[in-house]
Amino acid sequence: MAGFDKVVSSYEEAMAGLNDDMTVIAGGFGLCGIPENLIAEIKRKGTKGLTLVSNNCGVDDFGLGVLLPNRQIKKIVASYVGENAEFERQMMAGELEVELTPQGTLAEKMRAGGAGIPAFFTATGVGTPVAEGKEERTFNGRDYILEEALVGDFAIVKAWKADRYGNLVFRKTARNFNPLAATAGKMTVVEVEEIVEVGELDPDQIHTPGIYVNRIIQGTFEKRIEQRTTRPSDQYETKGE
Amino acid sequence: MALSREQIAQRVAQELKDGYYVNLGIGIPTLIANYIPKGIEVMLQSENGLLGMGQFPTIDEIDADLINAGKQTVTMASGASIFDSAESFAMIRGGHVDLTVLGAFEVDVNGNIASYMIPGKLIKGMGGAMDLVAGADNIIVTMTHASKHGVSKLLAQCTLPLTGKGCIKKVLTDLAFIEIREGKFHLIERAPGVTVEEIIKLTEGELVINGDIPEMRF
Repeated sequence: MAGFDKVVSSYEEAMAGLNDDMTVIAGGFGLCGIPENLIAEIKRKGTKGLTLVSNNCGVDDFGLGVLLPNRQIKKIVASYVGENAEFERQMMAGELEVELTPQGTLAEKMRAGGAGIPAFFTATGVGTPVAEGKEERTFNGRDYILEEALVGDFAIVKAWKADRYGNLVFRKTARNFNPLAATAGKMTVVEVEEIVEVGELDPDQIHTPGIYVNRIIQGTFEKRIEQRTTRPSDQYETKGE
Repeated sequence: MALSREQIAQRVAQELKDGYYVNLGIGIPTLIANYIPKGIEVMLQSENGLLGMGQFPTIDEIDADLINAGKQTVTMASGASIFDSAESFAMIRGGHVDLTVLGAFEVDVNGNIASYMIPGKLIKGMGGAMDLVAGADNIIVTMTHASKHGVSKLLAQCTLPLTGKGCIKKVLTDLAFIEIREGKFHLIERAPGVTVEEIIKLTEGELVINGDIPEMRF
């Protein structure tokens, strides 16, 4: 690598430096926009004792769920974890620590972490189990709780396109938590479908500026769909897969 | 007769107004999109980062990068926009969404809602529900009035862990349309063919009945 060129050529290189007991922030919503190959590399490395921060925890054989069988995750911070039998088993057995966090609070924790804001007040969760042990304050007659920001030793991100400097463009709802995760990693690793030359991306259309990004790798993606719902013609119809 | 899931959705759809930005929760609320009244424009917000959700795709249109908050494949309506999760919840928490519709396990007379967890049985998480109930002023909860065994879900006090405190003002069940004010349930409408007595029997929290209660109209 030279100058601002952040492209690496192997997944091993992309995740070099990830060690046991680190915190990893991952982009993605459900299985949409997840850094599937970076997750597979963590499985291959066998890194253990990880704290994972991600909206969801994949399914049994895809996404972050693949880190469960070998007990690589010590703790997960997520908003919704219901799609995964092994996850439920480990949680119920007390083998896996789970910190359920409201989705908007989770997004804001990443945003704040990346923006140098250590904590923020939110009305979300007031009077619920989420508020337990947290400082409460009243502003303009309304109660708020103090939520702390999150920073990861690593952030793993999936984008659509990147240039060699790490400027990123996301595609459709695969954006979700990815730009936030990208800002909140001490080491931010991004896998993309296409790497283009510097200057090819329109500066006005860049979603994440390269300053947040440390490593870029081009991958191929399965992009598994969780709920394949279709309509036959002009009518709504739901078909579970 | 108790309302079907479709009828619940149909009744809530009558509350939609022209120009509303609406967030629909998973389950019955999702069906409301099928009953948007003719002649009005409504834009659906999906908290994973889409404003202007369209209908389900045809098989040819399926795109793994385009889903809704229920993780279903969708399309974008004309005029849609895409954004990250922090922006999405800025819209929600910041009170920019005009109407939120979501499901619940329990609601009580103080406007508390429990919808995300049954200790020891079901721990899936709150997703965006806590942010939605904290951020919205105009919320409609859709739920069944009682369990299959006849145990009321409209309570004097919620028994399950709360999703939000003092935030619910309107509830549409399979039996009744109810408003919550001053620490009481107020019966506004009843499902066609359902008597006031049946509703009283299945409502544990204090229920105010003022005059003749009209039937819902479809």
